[in-house]
Amino acid sequence: MLSIRNLSAGVEDKPDILKRISLEVRAGEVHAIMGPNGSGKSTLAQVLAGHPGYIVTSGEVTYLGQNLLALPAEERARAGLFLAFQYPVEIPGVSNAYFLKAAVNERRSRQGLEELDAMEFLQLLDEKLGVVEMDRSFVNRPVNEGFSGGEKKRNEILQMAVLEPKLAILDETDSGLDIDALKTVAQGVNRLRRPDNALILVTHYQRLLQYVEPDHVHVLFDGHIVKSGGKELALELERKGYDWIREEAAAGETAGGSVAR
Amino acid sequence: MTTVATARDRYLGEFEALERQGAFRSPSWLAPLRRRAIDRFAESGFPTTRDEDWRYTNLASLAATPFRAAAPSQAGVPDGAVERLALEAWRTPAIWPRLVFVDGRYSPKLSTARALPGGGRMASLAEAMITDADMIERHLGRHVHWGTNVFAALNTAFVQDGGFVFLPPETRGETPVELVFLATTPGVVAQPRTLIVGGPHSRLTVIERYVGITDEAYFTNAVTEIVAGPGAAVDHYVVQEQGADAFHVATVHAALERDSTFATCEATFGGRLARTTLALTFAGEGARGAINGLYVVDGRQHVDHHVTVDHAVPRCASRQLFKGVLDGTARAVFSGRVIVRPDAQKTDATQTNKHLLLSDGVEVDSKPQLEIFADDVKCTHGAAEGQLAPEALFYLKSRGLGEETARALLTYGFAHEVLERVAVEPLQAYLDRLLMTRLASDRITKEIA
Repeated sequence: MLSIRNLSAGVEDKPDILKRISLEVRAGEVHAIMGPNGSGKSTLAQVLAGHPGYIVTSGEVTYLGQNLLALPAEERARAGLFLAFQYPVEIPGVSNAYFLKAAVNERRSRQGLEELDAMEFLQLLDEKLGVVEMDRSFVNRPVNEGFSGGEKKRNEILQMAVLEPKLAILDETDSGLDIDALKTVAQGVNRLRRPDNALILVTHYQRLLQYVEPDHVHVLFDGHIVKSGGKELALELERKGYDWIREEAAAGETAGGSVAR
Repeated sequence: MTTVATARDRYLGEFEALERQGAFRSPSWLAPLRRRAIDRFAESGFPTTRDEDWRYTNLASLAATPFRAAAPSQAGVPDGAVERLALEAWRTPAIWPRLVFVDGRYSPKLSTARALPGGGRMASLAEAMITDADMIERHLGRHVHWGTNVFAALNTAFVQDGGFVFLPPETRGETPVELVFLATTPGVVAQPRTLIVGGPHSRLTVIERYVGITDEAYFTNAVTEIVAGPGAAVDHYVVQEQGADAFHVATVHAALERDSTFATCEATFGGRLARTTLALTFAGEGARGAINGLYVVDGRQHVDHHVTVDHAVPRCASRQLFKGVLDGTARAVFSGRVIVRPDAQKTDATQTNKHLLLSDGVEVDSKPQLEIFADDVKCTHGAAEGQLAPEALFYLKSRGLGEETARALLTYGFAHEVLERVAVEPLQAYLDRLLMTRLASDRITKEIA
């Protein structure tokens, strides 16, 4: 579904945040990308979603057979890619419902599908609200404005539920959540898992992975994927902390960017 | 300078002629008021950019145009035009009673005036000067500061017609009352004068609509005086949809008595040059006033708002929110002044003015001013100017919205924050539609309209 080969990217002031990253994600898989702060996890998520502030200096990304990097953000979204933001943006004056309906219908019209009318959309929305256990009053509030941290994260998952992405990237969706909110969010994510879609969880901590079990875990350090493994790698990280990775990286054992599978 | 002097002489000459002809068929108390007002106008003439209050708004082209007073005629109103306007705005032709004025003159034929609850009145000012003489005499020209506002002085000197709405004590207006001011004739000046009085503990909503059905130049110089009696609640709205080449000068002055509440929302879309002077005077303790405004301008439009909130007595609260959306080479001027006088302890005042700049060609001059002479008060103000936030644009695009749709949706949200405060549902919906017409996004129109 997603194939990243030797991707290097950054921002204008720091063009080398990601260094020759390679990653393969197949339909039905859940990948976790872990790493300490500043390792480049969020950069990877933003680059994949098409944030215009990031510059790709080399490498290729193929998504469903298309050159992902050639597409603007909106085309990536319409092709089924979804990013749950670490810091969801507040849009005053625009209700959640209008925003979501515009997004759904813009995508449907591009796909040549009939657009949903107000009734059909509300029906869809009600069903999806159940997935994330959100109250209907949420949808009439301006997008993320005045939402608590947990509400914002749940709103991201609601959007994901409504847009039904093929590949969802969750950027630190667990950060700032108390344990109950984390469970609700994880439950929502699990309900949305299907054999034909895939998930990339970007996280600092292992705790989300207790609820959403990954097939593969990759450790990002200083812009490199320095280690890949199964779900047990997450537990090992939890036990040993990132210092262990830091030491290994310093020893140069894994330098050069291994291809993760 | 010559053009300004000529303009003054033109209005003075017309005043003398009307007076000579006996055209001011007005009650005896009004004649001295007119005279004082025209003398006031004669002293200064039209303001120039040397006047601090007019520094950024050049009236040379207004002063240079020889506008003439309208003949009382409805010839310029096509059949069914008023019904179509109502239908377009409210989605039904008869939603609430309305008074219609054509080039400043009352049109009984186009109006649907009716008796208001408890003996309340809605009528043309000319008629009310006869039927409600005491009330008019008590209030007309007593609130608006025509001594310092030249256009209010000019309007007062020429006062002839406009809207009159009154609710007696303890009554509740069942529906809003609508005042429609139609401009139909190029080259004409109309000076409608409106008086709105909410008796003690009454509840009243008035909507003023200014609509141009000609795209050629004309001049509207409107004054509205509003009195909210003790404990009264008055909601006031202005929808300005003047023609593309119109000069629109409007003055609104609200006097708030003890424990009253007043809210106004001014929505400005039209006109080539639009200047609105809004003043709120707290005359009794415990009153609350909200002044909201939205202006959405493009092309070469020039829009200017001068807001003064005078906290003259203790324990009053004022809230101001003004937002402007500018595109093309439009220009906006905003001056917001909050005065807290020495006795006005426990004043709670906020003032916010924000501009969204959609093109590089626009210009904004925003000047918030707080003048605080009391020590136990809570006052804040803020002004901000900016473009659409790139992070917000990316957020919307990451959900599949295209560039145009994302920009339109953010602009809509920015502006809608003001319209959210419009408590009359059909009016809010109509203002939303006017806004979306400007945004010209099919997607937004489809999802929100």
